[in-house]
Amino acid sequence: MNPDDLLFAETHEWIRLEDTDGEKIAVVGITAFAVEQLVDVTYLEMQPVGTPASAGKEIGEIESVKAVSSIISPVDGEVIAVNEELAKNLQLLSDDPYQAGWMAKIRIQDEAAIEKLMDRAAYEAQCAEEG
Amino acid sequence: MNESLRTTALHSWHVEQGARLVDFAGWEMPVQYNSIVEEHLATRQGAGLFDVSHMGRVRFDGAGAARFLDRLLTRRVLDLQVGQIRYSLITNEEGNVLDDVLVYHLQTPSEIRYHMLVVNASNRLKILDWLTSHQTAEDEVQISDCTLETAMIAVQGPHALQIVDPLVDVDLNTLRYYQGVVTRQMGKPCTVSRTGYTGEDGVELIVHADKANQVVNNLFASGRDLGIRPVGLGARDTLRLEAALPLYGHELDESTSPFQAGLDFAVNLEDAQQNPRQFVGCEALAEQAQQPRHQVRVGLVLEGRRAAREGHTVHAGAEQVGVVTSGSFSPTLQYPIAMAYLNVQDSPSTAEPGMELEVDIRGTRQTAKVTALPFYRRDKSS
Repeated sequence: MNPDDLLFAETHEWIRLEDTDGEKIAVVGITAFAVEQLVDVTYLEMQPVGTPASAGKEIGEIESVKAVSSIISPVDGEVIAVNEELAKNLQLLSDDPYQAGWMAKIRIQDEAAIEKLMDRAAYEAQCAEEG
Repeated sequence: MNESLRTTALHSWHVEQGARLVDFAGWEMPVQYNSIVEEHLATRQGAGLFDVSHMGRVRFDGAGAARFLDRLLTRRVLDLQVGQIRYSLITNEEGNVLDDVLVYHLQTPSEIRYHMLVVNASNRLKILDWLTSHQTAEDEVQISDCTLETAMIAVQGPHALQIVDPLVDVDLNTLRYYQGVVTRQMGKPCTVSRTGYTGEDGVELIVHADKANQVVNNLFASGRDLGIRPVGLGARDTLRLEAALPLYGHELDESTSPFQAGLDFAVNLEDAQQNPRQFVGCEALAEQAQQPRHQVRVGLVLEGRRAAREGHTVHAGAEQVGVVTSGSFSPTLQYPIAMAYLNVQDSPSTAEPGMELEVDIRGTRQTAKVTALPFYRRDKSS
C-alpha cells in the first residue's frame, strides 16, 4: 500500500516533501510497484551530493539481472544527501521502499515540477493500467 | 499485448502461474514468473521446467533425408546413429552462421526412421526457406514443419531425470547425454532427449500440442517434492551464459564464422572416412581453417557489481580490443560475467586468462579479467 503523504512521478519515483530550516526538501525513492517490476536488483548508483537535479533527468541508475533503468529526478534542485546504506543493502528496497529505501534528498529550487506529480489515487490508476 | 503474437499450448498455464510475458521472436513467452535469480538457482539446485515450444521443430522423412541434411549442416549427418543427436551449425556460402541447431536421428515405435532439426525461434522461417530452396526433386526428402502442432518442454537440473523417469516408457539412465528416443509419456506419444541449454543435466520432451498441459501437470505431480518450478526465458539466458553456450543474435549471426565463435568442434570438414565433405559453406570454412584466428570468444569477470551488457566495448589501455556479446550478473557466482569477442590479430596475449582489460559501461571504465569458459560447470560426480 502506498502512503498518502507522497507524490508520484510517471516514471515510478515517489517524493516526500519536508521543510527543514525554511528550505523545501524532496526525499526521493522508487515505489513498491517499481521494485516489484525490477525484482532482482543487483546494483544501485546515485549521483553524488552536489549534483544539480533537473525534473525528468537521470539522478541515478538501478540495475537488475535483466536490465538497467534510470532513476529520474521528479523535481528541480540539488542533491544534498544520498542513502549510502541502501547501495550496500538493496534488500531495503523490497522491505521498506518508502522509509529505509529512500535514495536521495534534493533541495528544491523551483517548485513548478511538483505540480505535475500525481497523488496516490492517480498513481495507482496508472499502475493498474501497466499491470 | 500485441495480438499478432503467437502463443504456445501452455500460454494460459503461464498466465495462471503469474508469468510476465514478453515478445520473443514473435511469440508471447514468459520472461519470468517471479524472480530470475530464484528460478535460476532452482534449476541449478533442483529442477526447472521451461516451455521451449517456440523453438522450431522440422521433420525430414524419406530415403534421402540424411544425405540432404549432410549437404547443409557443418556436422556430419550421414553417420548419425538412430537415437543420436548432434549440435550443428547451418552456414551460408561465405561460411557464416545462419543458425545453430540440434539434429536428431529418430525411429518411431513402428520403426519408421526420420531426422529432425530443432532450430531457433527467431530463425525458423529463414531456415525453412533455406531448406526448401536447396531441395531438389532427386533428394528423396519430405520436409515438414511440426512446430505449431507440437509442444516442447525442457526439464533441467540435478533432479530432472528423477522427475521425468516415472512418466515415460524408457529408462532414462540408459539414455546418454545427446541421445533421444521416441517413446510414450503416460500412454501418449512423446520424444524424449537428454539435451538442454542450461549447463545442467536434463531432458527435453516433445509432445502433441494438445497434450502439453497434461504433461506439465504430470511433471509437477512427479516433481513436487524434488523442487520443480517454472522457469522463464530470463533465467534461461543467465543459465546458458554461465555455461558459456552461444545464443544466436548475440554470439552468432550472419557475419560470424564458426571458427570466430570458437565452435571448431561443430565443423566437420571431413566425413567418417576422412574424405572432404561437401556442404554449403565448406570451401570458405576449409580456407579459414588454415588461417590464423583474428578473433576469439572469451569470458570476462568484472570487478564490482555492475554488469557489462551486449555492445559494450572492451579496452586494453587506450585501444579498443573487443566487444561484449552477452553479459549479466551471475546468480550462481554472485558477480558480473560476460562473453566478448576480442581482436587478437596484433597481440594474441590479450585473450589469455588472467589478462586485465576494461569494459566501458555507459561511460565508466570497469576492470574485467579474461577468464576461461565456461564460468560454471556442473559437478558430474553425483
